[in-house]
Amino acid sequence: MFHIYCPYCAEYREEEEFHPKGQAHIARPADPTATSDDTWGEYLFFRDNPRGVHHELWVHAVGCRKFFNITRDTRSYAILETYRMGDQPSVTAESMILAERDAECGVTSTATMQGVPS
Amino acid sequence: MQRYSGFSLVKHALSHHENWQRHWRNPTPKKEYDVIIVGGGGHGLATAYYLAKQHGITNVAVIEKGWLGGGNTARNTTIVRSNYLWDESAALYEHSMKLWEGLSQDLNYNVMFSQRGVLNLGHTLQDMRDIQRRVHANRLNGIDGEVVTPAQIKEIEPALDTSERARYPILGASWQPRGGVARHDAVAWGFARGADARGVDLLQQTEVTGFKILDGKVVGVHTNRGDIGARTVGCVTAGNSGVLAKMAGFQLPVESHPLQALVSEPLKPILNTVTMSNHVHGYISQSDKGDLVIGAGIDGYLGYGQRGSFSVVEHTLQAIIEMFPMFSRVRMNRQWGGIVDTTPDACPIISKTPVQGLFFNCGWGTGGFKATPGSGNVFAWTLAHGQAHPIAAPFSIDRFRTGALIDEHGAAGVAH
Repeated sequence: MFHIYCPYCAEYREEEEFHPKGQAHIARPADPTATSDDTWGEYLFFRDNPRGVHHELWVHAVGCRKFFNITRDTRSYAILETYRMGDQPSVTAESMILAERDAECGVTSTATMQGVPS
Repeated sequence: MQRYSGFSLVKHALSHHENWQRHWRNPTPKKEYDVIIVGGGGHGLATAYYLAKQHGITNVAVIEKGWLGGGNTARNTTIVRSNYLWDESAALYEHSMKLWEGLSQDLNYNVMFSQRGVLNLGHTLQDMRDIQRRVHANRLNGIDGEVVTPAQIKEIEPALDTSERARYPILGASWQPRGGVARHDAVAWGFARGADARGVDLLQQTEVTGFKILDGKVVGVHTNRGDIGARTVGCVTAGNSGVLAKMAGFQLPVESHPLQALVSEPLKPILNTVTMSNHVHGYISQSDKGDLVIGAGIDGYLGYGQRGSFSVVEHTLQAIIEMFPMFSRVRMNRQWGGIVDTTPDACPIISKTPVQGLFFNCGWGTGGFKATPGSGNVFAWTLAHGQAHPIAAPFSIDRFRTGALIDEHGAAGVAH
């Protein structure tokens, strides 16, 4: 069971209040009529589906009903950050690799819990 | 291969069953094979079996990172049926059903295929319209099926609450008598034994870490046990298909989700058949051991963790109690999750890829087990001929660009 921090309600709520809505940051082709079938098909159906860090869209369905983003590890299911629509993630697959490297070198990392006040 | 029979059982009884052959060898990888199959689950092993048996291609390796049949083959609810709505999927699943019907004899291995019938319940007028449409479509495609009334359902499955008191009263069902269940492990082991006996190398504890691609053509794979060459590679890796596609440099229209199932403590025989309900959203059958085998929906989020949310377990059991109030005090014994590769149209992908010689058989989502023999059969043909088997042709990856989707969502047993 996830305990999800809604960036609009500014509270932790239970998973059952939310619905996942798939991969985030997919830009709709600006001019659909001028878009090829290939590009349109890729926009609609083709996904990263990573085994690791994933940026995904969620909706606080029975709360504020707003959409927002979660960065989550699809292996451990750990929620790394939540952030509002229009914002960019501060935790990415690349930053996680760097954070792991730092941790191995004994440097304290702050990258993993940004945007999730406890 | 040592054949199994009543006679061999008696013969080995005389030596206290200590001299049975191992099911398969544990070979060292060769430098090069004609065909490499990535993924040693039911579908991959079936592919290897049919490649060797029907196409005479025996210089084949099945590469499995864990152990044979240890993924979704070991994590499903073993339901077999072929009552799909659209012609394309009906052809594929019925092809599989026909293979199931002779599979134990073909493999000389008891896969415990039990055609105890499958009920798909309807609880609303729209459910019943959809059921009638699907049953009629099935019959036009030569697939058995009939629409049954609550009174007939009561005769088929007396434990089911067919009264009008239910929160979602049962208005009727589709009934496929040839549907049923099979023993999941035996399916993987039977195909593995049959493939091994024909010379296929089953390489366990061998993980593919990348593809060797030259001028857009696949020439082999990198593994944790060294490089292995092959001009034809078939990937049958279910939930990990997206990860392998990324290694080969392209994306798939696939998302991986956890799908859970659970079994109860063993009970005396109580269920005659397989019961599925789309509307209250659960499905149940009873194994030969006596456990109630229960499943329902996927978790909506992406996940590779082979476990799911407790809220899904709760919803699943609510559905089961709605259908079978008498199970309210049955205790659950075990729960597990598999990673299913779902496609936007809930139909599989059996297809060429942008890399020449590299084929994918994936996207089976929540219902791959029933297709194991058929999937392996048409994929073996596809690998042997370098082009899609006629039954597999509509399941090309191109359909997500042309728009020729096969929308099976409404016809699936439950709404995933």
